[in-house]
Amino acid sequence: MVVLDIDTLWRRRSKIRGGVHPEPRKEATADKPIVTAFPLPERLYLPLQQHLGQPAEPVVRVGEKVLKGQVLAESRGAVSASVHASTSGTVAGIAEYPAPHPSGLPTPTIVLEPDGEDRWIEGEGEVDPFGLSPEEICARVDRAGIVGMGGAAFPSAMKLNLGWKTRINTLIINGGECEPYLTCDDRLMRERAAEIVEGVRIMLHGLQCPTALIAIEDNKPEACAAMLDAAKRHGRIEVVPVPSLYPMGWEKNLVTHLTGKEVPAGGRPTDVGVLLHNVATAYAVQQAIRYGRPLIGRVVTVSGEAVESPRNVEAPLGTLLSELLAFCGHRPERTARYVMGGPMMGDHLPHVQVPLVKRTSGILALTPEEIQAADARPCIRCGRCVSACPVGLLPLEMMSRIRAGQLDAAVNFGLRDCIGCSSCSYVCPSRIPLVHYFKYASGELMARQQAQQKTEWTNRLAEEKRRRLEKAKQAAAQRKAQASVKEDAS
Amino acid sequence: MYILFAVISLTALGLALGFMLGAAARYFKVEDNPLVDEIEKMMPGSQCGQCGFPGCRPAAEALVAGKASATLCPPGGKALAEQLANKLSLEIDLAGVEDQAPMVARVAEAACIGCTRCLKICPTDAIVGAPKQIHAVVADACIACGKCVEVCPTECLGMQPVKTTLRNWRWAKPELAAAGA
Amino acid sequence: MSKVDLPVAPFIRADHPVQAIMTQVILALVPATGFGLFLFGWPAFYLFSITVLSAVLFEAVCLKLAGKSASLFLWDGSALLTGWLLALSLPPWAPWWIGVTGAGLAIVVGKQVYGGIGQNLFNPAMLARVALLVSFPLEMTAWIKPAPLFSEHAPGLLEAWRITFGGSGAIDGLASATVIGHVKTELSQGRPLGDALASGQFGLAGAWLGWSPGSLGETPALLVAGGGVWLLRKRIITWHIPVSLLATVAVLASVFHLVDSARYLGPLWHLGSGGVMLAAFFIATDYVTSPGSPKGQLIFGTGCGLLIFVIRTFGGFPEGVGFAVLLMNALTPVIDYYVRPRIYGRDHKGRPLKLPESRE
Repeated sequence: MVVLDIDTLWRRRSKIRGGVHPEPRKEATADKPIVTAFPLPERLYLPLQQHLGQPAEPVVRVGEKVLKGQVLAESRGAVSASVHASTSGTVAGIAEYPAPHPSGLPTPTIVLEPDGEDRWIEGEGEVDPFGLSPEEICARVDRAGIVGMGGAAFPSAMKLNLGWKTRINTLIINGGECEPYLTCDDRLMRERAAEIVEGVRIMLHGLQCPTALIAIEDNKPEACAAMLDAAKRHGRIEVVPVPSLYPMGWEKNLVTHLTGKEVPAGGRPTDVGVLLHNVATAYAVQQAIRYGRPLIGRVVTVSGEAVESPRNVEAPLGTLLSELLAFCGHRPERTARYVMGGPMMGDHLPHVQVPLVKRTSGILALTPEEIQAADARPCIRCGRCVSACPVGLLPLEMMSRIRAGQLDAAVNFGLRDCIGCSSCSYVCPSRIPLVHYFKYASGELMARQQAQQKTEWTNRLAEEKRRRLEKAKQAAAQRKAQASVKEDAS
Repeated sequence: MYILFAVISLTALGLALGFMLGAAARYFKVEDNPLVDEIEKMMPGSQCGQCGFPGCRPAAEALVAGKASATLCPPGGKALAEQLANKLSLEIDLAGVEDQAPMVARVAEAACIGCTRCLKICPTDAIVGAPKQIHAVVADACIACGKCVEVCPTECLGMQPVKTTLRNWRWAKPELAAAGA
Repeated sequence: MSKVDLPVAPFIRADHPVQAIMTQVILALVPATGFGLFLFGWPAFYLFSITVLSAVLFEAVCLKLAGKSASLFLWDGSALLTGWLLALSLPPWAPWWIGVTGAGLAIVVGKQVYGGIGQNLFNPAMLARVALLVSFPLEMTAWIKPAPLFSEHAPGLLEAWRITFGGSGAIDGLASATVIGHVKTELSQGRPLGDALASGQFGLAGAWLGWSPGSLGETPALLVAGGGVWLLRKRIITWHIPVSLLATVAVLASVFHLVDSARYLGPLWHLGSGGVMLAAFFIATDYVTSPGSPKGQLIFGTGCGLLIFVIRTFGGFPEGVGFAVLLMNALTPVIDYYVRPRIYGRDHKGRPLKLPESRE
């Protein structure tokens, strides 16, 4: 039931700063239902690292036959997630394979050859989620290998655990989807609202949290209506339309807009009593807890004008993106750029023979007209980037310092607080790749920090060796002296 | 009359201010000892000698004394040169500095005779092995000073660029012709 | 390490490249310029043309000398705009070499020497205007009454040519001082304000509508303001600088006028004359030389307004816009360094916000 009380109205007065309004470009896929009959590919490629943290460790051997939903690789360490078989078949190999990454570098991957039977591993059948304890819910989410599906890929069980420990008072479900082209969350909310709402309720139970707010951008009226309908019987869940703005889906924007509180720099939303999860993550949680299904597939938006029939497709993890594109009628000769994710923060892919992983929300094949690539010009100091930055940084100043090699000055202007949303690059009239500078600078700073740590360590090693040699020399000299004394004495 | 007065007063003012500046430069001079320590900490610490000085501390002292340029350290590359220049407020010409890809030594095991000469000369104990046993380089501790390559009798030691993997891959600095012009 | 320049997000861009912005600013100036040219006739037209043409030519020469791509920089509209603004601030019947020298100073000294577009510290048009004013005070203060095209006093094409290129100077009977100039002279001679205005035959409507002596860009104050408001609606400029500049001038003028209305011009006079409107919307809002943050822009605009009023009222020059803008330009780097937006999650000093007590 939606409750519009004074408290809520007061919360919504918070102002969101900056942001931009790119063309949504969602018409191509927004009104078509999710394709669930995607044919099983011939091979599935499952990287051991589809999440933030340590890569998972394989627990199967090459040649082993596995069932759908079986664990192929266990999570390792405190921050990690497991990888499961997306269908039944044989493990054809565990080897390096190109990662879905702009560099195209290889990553350890489990290659699975489906046997076509799509047989599930035996489980305990349907379970009542609300009869489980909060710890059990966290444990099951962890075993299901669920990570943040909005793109962050942070292990969800860890987040739920943290939220429970810090006793958050508000769970925000992010149905923003502010990136252009992407409509996978929109369609999920329209078609599977009941499951999502149950997922939210399961999370609330697991967190022992009183309230959930489902934030949906107001350019998705059908999704709002569907979720309102599904949530109306549950008093603790409120559906809140939020302004359509990029980057409304940025978690701190949502926290401030919905609760009026500001997350301190270097802190997390749990510091102000809030936890955020994506709608697709809520759906995955529901599937995992009620039906025991681990995360083995997801809905992905296949779009861009070089695709003849753009759609949202529900596909198994490990599917090659080229197969997804081919399924939707891809025209390679018209493609100027492949983008994994959205066009504002997504990654460029050198080629699409790379697999669908947990964090892939979209695969776009963009034509030259869509990207309008242009040469960069000098900065004219117009200040549009300053107005666009949702964090309040000075992109033009950071950029000019980074160009001059003064990285510390760039940090002074706020480089460490940059979220990489690309609002500044988007509005720059001189087409300067601002975020490219910031990503370069952040990487360079990290490399310098690592180099410094290495220097300290190797300095210590060198010092220890010198001392060891010194001691050995002294010991040798002493022995010699003693020996000569003995000789003299005898 | 006025002109004379103006000349005298301005000259006197100039002399007085100049005198004050000179006194300040002499009596308020900052001791540079802490600076040498800080510079030394920034150096790789391998005492490899590629800069021409017998170790990192003498190199730091020379830098502070102004007897060496900030681009003196090859293992430090462009990054170190920039940091030194910033610290000491020096002008540097980075064009001549080659940003070597980070290197690491590697033993070609087929040719290794286990003589332990490289083991003994490595300043950071990055080579493991024993007499008559094949040696190996611990990549994390190797600072690429090159001393082991010099002493190896069978030339089985070589410097190789560190392999780029997903873990150490970084974005390159954008090169913009128009914007930089 | 990525040695190849890989494409980075975003892969879509907003649709307003630099050329589009410059074009819109020029469009906003067209009504005022057109009317001003009509008011002051063919000599003004010649001067305007030669100034703008020289600006573009100087830019082309500098780009060639610097080895930069002409196609990328010459046609982005910035040289054209600088020449245009300079022409708008000159006496309409000034000789041609004033325009050419001014264009040279603006483009070469004011812009290219600093490193080209985006690198200059001072507003090029104002730099040139002030340099001209100080070097050639006679020619730069030779104002005339409006002699609209096709009216009886207006010089024909040939006569106009002689005025601009032949150096024959203003036609007698048309020479006049600007409102502010005249008022300053009269006040210094002890006559009260009302008499000063009457003796010069100045009317408030004339000042705003354009029927008074002055430069091309200062007389049609209403049209200039209209163009400026259009730029605001198009989001080419933000409201901070125009509003703070005009408000400061208006408030100061009102206060002083209330205190002694016989010595100080009222706010409407100040706002309608001397190019304050042009400065507020087109000159002080120049991207390169004004601060980037909204708060900084407010400070900048207020400072400009204050200096304009002070120089006009108490300074030796009748017109303060050029100097005021240049002085504030010099302060822009300082303003930019100290006045920054507050970063999300941090306080004004840049420290992380404290956690709410209940959760520590």
